[in-house]
Amino acid sequence: MTVRVGVVTFPGSLDDRDALRAVRIAGAEPVALWHKDKNLQQVDAVVLPGGFSYGDYLRCGAISRFSPVMESVIEQAQAGLPVLGICNGFQILCESHLLPGALTRNDHLHFICRDQKLRIENVSSAWTSDFAQGQEITVPLKNGEGGFVADERTLDMLEAEGRVIARYLDVNPNGSRRDIAGISNAAGNVVGLMPHPEHAVEPLTGPTTEGLPFFTSILKRLVNA
Amino acid sequence: MARVVVDVMLKPEILDPQGQAVQRALPGLGFDGITDVRQGKRFELELEGPVDEAALARIREAAESFLANTVIEDFVVRVEEEGK
Repeated sequence: MTVRVGVVTFPGSLDDRDALRAVRIAGAEPVALWHKDKNLQQVDAVVLPGGFSYGDYLRCGAISRFSPVMESVIEQAQAGLPVLGICNGFQILCESHLLPGALTRNDHLHFICRDQKLRIENVSSAWTSDFAQGQEITVPLKNGEGGFVADERTLDMLEAEGRVIARYLDVNPNGSRRDIAGISNAAGNVVGLMPHPEHAVEPLTGPTTEGLPFFTSILKRLVNA
Repeated sequence: MARVVVDVMLKPEILDPQGQAVQRALPGLGFDGITDVRQGKRFELELEGPVDEAALARIREAAESFLANTVIEDFVVRVEEEGK
C-alpha cells in the first residue's frame, strides 16, 4: 500500500515544499493540502509546516487554527489521525488545543537560525518510533517565538507521561521550559516540534539526514497498521 | 456607535522579554524610576447595536477563544463611555 501524507499550505507557509519533499524521500506519497479546503483527501497523516501563516497576525497560529482545513485536522486528530506540527505547525497545534502549553517570544528576543542538537526522549509516538531512545540528532532550528511555556503542573504531567519527545542539548536556544523542543498528545498521534527535521533529510541540503526518521516513523507505523 | 475595549496581557508568571527590553531602554533615554514594564495588546471593538449584557457575553466569548490565548494571557473587557 502507498502511504499518503498531506502537507497543508497556509498563506505564509514557508516550509511546505520541503515537508512534501521529506515525505517523498521517506518513501510516502506527498499530498498538497490547501488551507481553505476542508477535504483532507483521505490522507493517512498530516504535516503542518513551518512559516508565518497569516503573517503571524494576532498570535502565531491563532488565525490558522480557525481555517477550514484545521476543522478537519482537529476533528480527525482527535480520532487518531497522525499529525506533525513543525515550528509554526507546533504553534498552530497549541492554539488548537491539540497540544498543551504555548510558544512565546524567544527570551533573548532574537530570531535564531542554527543547527541545533536534540535528544529524542520518547520513541513511542507516531512520529518518533524510527529513532533509538536517547538518540542525539542535529537539525536546523529557526524561530522568533519558540519558547515553550506551560504551567508547572502541565510540565510535570508531560514529563510523567513521557510526552516530552525531544529536548534541546548543549544550549537552550529560546528559553523553552525544561529545554523542551517537542511534545506529543496523550495518545501519541499528535506531535509538535520547534526544530525543522524536514530540512535535514538529504546530505546536499541539510546539515545531516537525521531529520528523516520523523518521516520514516510514520511510514512504518502506517504500513504495519 | 458603542465601543468595547478588550485588554490582553501576558499572565504575571509568563516571561515578557519585550517588556523587559523596553524597561531596559528607558534609563538610557532619560526616563528614570520605572522598575517594570509589561507589554500587552488593546483591541477596540465598535458595535452596531447597544452594549447590553448579551453583546458583552459574545465579546467575552470572542476574547476567550480568539483575542487572547488563555494559556498564557489574561483579558479584561470594558465598555468605553460615550464622548471620550
